[in-house]
Amino acid sequence: MNWITNYVRPRINSIFSRREMPENLWTKCDECGTMLFHRELTDNQNVCTNCDHHMAITPRERFNALFDAGVFVEVAVPKPLVDPLHFRDQKKYPDRLRAAQKQTSEAEAMLVATGEIGRTPIVAAAQDFSFMAGSMGMYVGNAIIAAAEAAVKRKCPLVLFSAAGGARMQEGILSLMQMPRTTIAVQMLREAGLPYIVVLTHPTTGGVTASYAMLGDVHIAEPNALICFAGPRVIEQTIREKLPEGFQRAEYLLDHGMLDRVTHRGKLRDELITITRMLMGQSPAIKGDLPPPTAEPEIPELAPPSSAPARTGPKTS
Amino acid sequence: MNYLDFEKPLAEIEGKAEELRALARKNEDMDVEDEAKALDKKAADMLRDIYKALTPWRKCQVARHPDRPHCKDYIEALFTEYTPLAGDRNFADDHAVMGGLARFNDRAVMVIGHEKGNDTKTRIERNFGMARPEGYRKAVRLMEMADRFNLPVITLVDTPGAYPGKGAEERGQSEAIARSTQKCLQIGVPLISIIIGEGGSGGAVAFATGDRLAMLEHSVYSVISPEGCASILWKDPEKMREAAEALRLTAQDLHKLGVADLVIKEPAGGAQRDRAGTVKEVGKAIAAMLAQLDGTDGKKLVAGRRKKYLDMGSKGLAA
Ligand SMILES: [Zn+2]
Repeated sequence: MNWITNYVRPRINSIFSRREMPENLWTKCDECGTMLFHRELTDNQNVCTNCDHHMAITPRERFNALFDAGVFVEVAVPKPLVDPLHFRDQKKYPDRLRAAQKQTSEAEAMLVATGEIGRTPIVAAAQDFSFMAGSMGMYVGNAIIAAAEAAVKRKCPLVLFSAAGGARMQEGILSLMQMPRTTIAVQMLREAGLPYIVVLTHPTTGGVTASYAMLGDVHIAEPNALICFAGPRVIEQTIREKLPEGFQRAEYLLDHGMLDRVTHRGKLRDELITITRMLMGQSPAIKGDLPPPTAEPEIPELAPPSSAPARTGPKTS
Repeated sequence: MNYLDFEKPLAEIEGKAEELRALARKNEDMDVEDEAKALDKKAADMLRDIYKALTPWRKCQVARHPDRPHCKDYIEALFTEYTPLAGDRNFADDHAVMGGLARFNDRAVMVIGHEKGNDTKTRIERNFGMARPEGYRKAVRLMEMADRFNLPVITLVDTPGAYPGKGAEERGQSEAIARSTQKCLQIGVPLISIIIGEGGSGGAVAFATGDRLAMLEHSVYSVISPEGCASILWKDPEKMREAAEALRLTAQDLHKLGVADLVIKEPAGGAQRDRAGTVKEVGKAIAAMLAQLDGTDGKKLVAGRRKKYLDMGSKGLAA
């Protein structure tokens, strides 16, 4: 199967789209109450500059900050059957989907892209909590499989940012079947000997945690992220146990051996570069803000191709 | 006999017949047999009609019926030399999960399943069939062993779901479930699963990700309980009937969706009315599914299992 049939032009949004943001917008930090200037917050990847509270960030914003010069190429995700069960609660599922698409301008709850971080080719997948709570349905399953296949094809690591309220109930059993399906995707990476790094972000719960999000070679979480199978409210209601302070938060999971690291969003990119390069047997990387990778038209060729560093995985095919 | 709410009219008729016969036992000159027999027939007809058209919510109720045969009953009746193997070698032995070596038609196999318990004491002991991380880790250990010694694995699924407790979360419920599903997908021996009652969410997936999945006629398999779904999507847990309908969690719908490979017929009035008959049917189904997979090379099994799940859902209800 070839997922890369549909090349999207690289987006160089890091410079342009941010300038188009209305300058007069303020956001209130829901942790400390500080009013934050929108642009300042965006430049800090939606982390409160006063209290370090990590707010939600969309996959696109995250990729802009993650990839060298914000350049990435989207990986096409095979479209699943829409509304396979003809599900209807108080609203019809297709209506809920359309509303989420309109609200987020995204097709579904996961974005997959290839690009470079510190000149290290990777595939990244990020779950979009703003799209129906990031819930895992057939599209998200397909996205993770496409991400794994793209990584195997390019012989590069997969970095996955999880964020989800759980499974997409409107797809019933077929959403549950994404647990085995995404586990197979992880298996593909293992068999190809490629690193699979999971970055667990707030919140990662339910079936998502009980499948691909807990099967990484390295588990990194963002500070204070809620990570659990059964949520604290469910536990309190069903068994009436009093839960300790910080229960199911990233630091608590780190203490209980479920995570390797808890890392501030601002330091995440460098850490991912360091880890993936070591696991891939590559030399130490150049860090910091880098210009777009490969010879974009506006960037002059600095060295003859023969002395250019070896790359795994061609940029275009 | 425990009657479900929708079986109430049936309970009345069966009760009347029972009363008549009790009276006749006391007064030898009374002849009630014709009348009682008429009531029996009425009850049998009613039972058949009710069970012919069970709504999804009623199926959930039947799937949870306390008198249904449970994992332990199947193991005792269908297997010989059952030798329970305990513990996850790490923390504890989870009594919600039974498992061990056994012979099925003289052939050595590994059998693993959720056990709900049959009375207050055993239900508490079995934690109502809700496994903790240790249960999944025990299953992983047994599946691994089965793989090394070339024994087919048979799993009997019957759980409301993973246990929502503090300790279970602290000891990595999510990771344990994920590893168990992963192990299901890795082993090079046949893995056959039967949903004998309730297939509750991730706790069921962890055991049911196999080469073949059979479901009893009135069993259910779902991403969330109807009550849970109703309280989230309808904001009203009392809307469980609507939720059960929408979730398509019945064996019949799962067969249409290509998730279940086989639906095993239950006796009239459900497994709880003829436990031995149900167990026997399940035994036949296990034998048939094992025969289908016999002689298949381990690598082929893994590849086939993988393809099965990768393709799953692509055709929706037309599968
Ligand atoms: Zn703040």
